[in-house]
Amino acid sequence: MTVVGLTGDEAIAYAVKQSKVDIVAAYPITPQTIIVERFSKYVADGEVHTGYICVESEHSALSASIGASLTGARVFTATASQGLALMHEMLYIASGLRCPIVMGVANRALSAPINIHGDHSDMMGSRDSGWVQIYAENAQEAYDWTIMAFKLAEDKDVQLPIAVNLDGFIISHCMEGVDVLEDEATEKFLQSRIPQFTIGPEKPITVGALCFTDYYFEFKRQQVEAIQNVPVVLDRVGKEYQGITSRNYSALETFRMEDAQAAIICLGSTAGTAREVARKLRAEGKKVGVIKLWLYRPFPTEEISAALRHAKALAVLDRAISFGAPYGALCSDVISVLHTLKESPKIFNIIYGLGGRDIQPSDIELVFNEALETAKTGIVKEKTMYLGVRE
Amino acid sequence: MTSNEKPGWKSLPVGAVLPEAGSSVKYKTGDWRAFRPLVDKGKCVNCLLCWIYCPDSSIIRKEKWVEVSYEHCKGCGICAHECPTDAIKMVEEKK
Repeated sequence: MTVVGLTGDEAIAYAVKQSKVDIVAAYPITPQTIIVERFSKYVADGEVHTGYICVESEHSALSASIGASLTGARVFTATASQGLALMHEMLYIASGLRCPIVMGVANRALSAPINIHGDHSDMMGSRDSGWVQIYAENAQEAYDWTIMAFKLAEDKDVQLPIAVNLDGFIISHCMEGVDVLEDEATEKFLQSRIPQFTIGPEKPITVGALCFTDYYFEFKRQQVEAIQNVPVVLDRVGKEYQGITSRNYSALETFRMEDAQAAIICLGSTAGTAREVARKLRAEGKKVGVIKLWLYRPFPTEEISAALRHAKALAVLDRAISFGAPYGALCSDVISVLHTLKESPKIFNIIYGLGGRDIQPSDIELVFNEALETAKTGIVKEKTMYLGVRE
Repeated sequence: MTSNEKPGWKSLPVGAVLPEAGSSVKYKTGDWRAFRPLVDKGKCVNCLLCWIYCPDSSIIRKEKWVEVSYEHCKGCGICAHECPTDAIKMVEEKK
């Protein structure tokens, strides 16, 4: 094992290099650019044998990726924000054609007003596109998940594209010590992709055929089954990866949830801040805990239910708004999980960090204190709070 | 409710792939037709322009004239438009 200084973007580029990707088709966009920029350097320096396709837009980037994936190639692309929005129609085609593409998404706010900084509006806007969605907390996780994502995506029971999300700038641009695998270990872990079908002149097939009222529904039902297979396959892939790294990945990670009365559930880099504050509050004797979701789609329903066994109050942190909806996307998902439980914790929603607005330990402490108060009184004062917005 | 005649999602190929090549010949598109091309064998000079232009390969070559395969002809009328001797007329289908 070797520890190297890498930003989140660089960590992903390094993981893609080690994953022996056949094709990369991408278009630069902040804060993702460094991923494909670093990777293009590997190509130019002859360090990889990857076909690098420079395209004129993100729509074309994903289109080229889909075409390449259908030939049986291992394919990577990356984007963010407006780029992901421009890919939108191709996202559904990638999942519908069952292309196991891995895509790095350096999460960034959507225009207007224009903003380049981190929030989850981009991926949350694509959450129903049939992609498996993973959120990394730091550069190490971005590296690890990128490698695992290829194995997970290409599994015969999955065959779906995967988005590895990392918070724009907070993870994408901050340098950390990343424990990287040896090239041989990555190669042994991943091996070559075994495609279920391929397009090619030797054996012509049809992909993207017209399916009307009599067939379309059946193929969507197949996709449901494939994404529901992810937890089982992830269990296997995670254990195998743990065997070579000693790092343990699953659908979610909990901190002090075994007896937590008040908890925070969140995605991405905020989990690190939340854990640090929880540690401090625990030292003061306050029973708080944190749930960090690695896997957002498919949603880890049972794992969340199990983690919340003892919680009396739960603050759900959403770094995106679902305009006009009763709650943010994550909060709506959590509530839909908990309504079947006999005893559900009191829940409130925190909308935070939009357009890259910083979230400080003091903000998290405020949320924990609110949750502790709710746990005590059983009363939710405000269903949705906009943390840090000026009135 | 679902029909018993068609396969369910568990037995269909993943991703709506058609694993067999050249299967479009099995898809009879003739019933899309609103106008039917009729060939006047007396006027046809067998120049085969219609055979070249037909997008559905529905013109059948005979020794001295052409005929139309109505199983796949969609009635687009390109053959009638291209025919230099006006040997092909488009006639409305009567149901």
